[in-house]
Amino acid sequence: MSERLASLLQDQASVGSGRDKFEVKKLDFFYDKFNALTDITVGIAEHAVTAFIGPSGCGKSTFLRCLNRMNDLIPGTRVEGQILLDGQEIHGPGVDPVDLRRRVGMIFQQPNPFPMSIYDNVAYGPRLHGMRKKSELDGIVEESLKRANLWKEVKDILGRGGLTLSGGQQQRLCIARVLAVEPDVLLMDEPCSAIDPTSVQKVEDLMAELKDRITIVIVTHNMQQAARVSDFTAFFLQEMAGEPAHLIEFERTAALFTSPKDKRTEDYITGRFG
Amino acid sequence: MANDADLTGHDAAPEMCADPSSAAAAPQPPKHSARRALTKITRGTYLKEAALKNLFLLCAFVAVAGVALIFIFVGIKGWPIFGKVGIFDFLGGATWFPTKGHFGILPLIINSLLAMTGALVLGGPLAVGTAVFLSEVASPRARALVRPAVELLAGIPSVVYGFFGLVLLRPIIADLFGGLGFGLLTVWLILAVMIVPTIATLTEDALNSVPEGIREASYSMGATKWQTIWRVLLPAAKIGIIDAIILGMGRAIGETMAVVMVAGNASVIPADVLKPFLTLTTVIVMDMPYASGDHRTALFGVAIILFVISMIFVAAIRVISRFGKRVG
Repeated sequence: MSERLASLLQDQASVGSGRDKFEVKKLDFFYDKFNALTDITVGIAEHAVTAFIGPSGCGKSTFLRCLNRMNDLIPGTRVEGQILLDGQEIHGPGVDPVDLRRRVGMIFQQPNPFPMSIYDNVAYGPRLHGMRKKSELDGIVEESLKRANLWKEVKDILGRGGLTLSGGQQQRLCIARVLAVEPDVLLMDEPCSAIDPTSVQKVEDLMAELKDRITIVIVTHNMQQAARVSDFTAFFLQEMAGEPAHLIEFERTAALFTSPKDKRTEDYITGRFG
Repeated sequence: MANDADLTGHDAAPEMCADPSSAAAAPQPPKHSARRALTKITRGTYLKEAALKNLFLLCAFVAVAGVALIFIFVGIKGWPIFGKVGIFDFLGGATWFPTKGHFGILPLIINSLLAMTGALVLGGPLAVGTAVFLSEVASPRARALVRPAVELLAGIPSVVYGFFGLVLLRPIIADLFGGLGFGLLTVWLILAVMIVPTIATLTEDALNSVPEGIREASYSMGATKWQTIWRVLLPAAKIGIIDAIILGMGRAIGETMAVVMVAGNASVIPADVLKPFLTLTTVIVMDMPYASGDHRTALFGVAIILFVISMIFVAAIRVISRFGKRVG
């Protein structure tokens, strides 16, 4: 076990910054009395892409939403255990979830631009946080759209409604909107499952470009995608209905897909269930 | 290739039908054996469908006919006043003194608009605030308490509002500000409460129809609840809220019973909010029992004006909704 850990640490050193952005220790998650996740202990490497895979209902999205406390918005949810962001407990007393979410941005399965102009969508975050100067906002909007690979397509139609764009463009608009608040971490909850293949390619390219500066966690149903984009992969599984889901295996992506250590991981990635 | 085969199959079908005896006798080709002919629609089904369709058509027709008949009736009864007094003197005349032959309804129009505007200024924010509370803030328990209360407001007969205003509100206002308590201030307070359910219910619907993903997006960007409501949800529900407010305006300007009981009913533009006044609706209630001749015709003329105001509101809602669809 300690050997494995040692080799894992060594591997980690070669991607990203070599340290963990998030440290999750013995996390349990509850919807009212239902224990949805149990005993999750995992480290999420800074400036790398970590993928969460597993069958539907295995709690991977739930876990993702623990990382920016989005589950707080659902009444009756509860967390036990620890999640540390840069060593700081995110559920600690006095921690403002609003500030946490500024640092840990999120992209959803369904593109969800606001029903306002492309410009206003991207300027939303900076304005929230008090920026008013037109010249500064212009700069941030352009920069964010460029980073999201959308600038070329929309630079002449910034005043048009965000909802007039295609699904894939909308998703990149949402990415630009998040990037405008300069998050440290980007959580992506199946960001490509509702968009066309060309856009999927663009989003995947984008992730590779972004990870120099941002820690990315992606939940995906698509194992090819996990294999393509991620440096680390975590496999979640709920073995029995009504029982909590576990983290079955967490490895360097190449290792997990080529030589899974757990039989259940192997069964899943070779398509025997799920 | 497969398409070609299908086409030939279709071509062959009419020939087979042309000679039913041979078609029945000859065994079907094996590749068709699993297929079953589509059932023919029965006469009963057809008649039932047709009857239902016409029944619903009739329902719709009754509604339209009702509006048309009222419009025609009021129009025929009221139209002559425009010829008699002249449409500009009728609408623009500053004196309403029908027993002396003065048929200027300008004061009544202005009073109605004053009553409506004040009610809107007081009741609109109250109603939108209530809707935001119900849709975004309230716990399920609080919602279960407040929503029926708001709906109940809509169910209270307007005469009860008027009675409440007359015996409770009017003396309080008279004590606080002097006078008799009949006037715009009292009417505003009553009407403000009366339009709350209309505006609140429709605004809540508009807020509820904003996709959940938009709330999540806003919260996930580090917006507070207040910022999410103010910067995203209210703008997103804007069209629905404007519609709600216009319907509230219609309710306020059309309200009669509650207003007549607390307005004091003097046919002048009031000098201040504590003086009695008469509106387009209340003049009809007050005068109709005894009016005759031109006076009576003039009251129908007032009804035509109310009808036109309603049509303007309905048209405004349609235009705004269409505009909203194009932008959204």
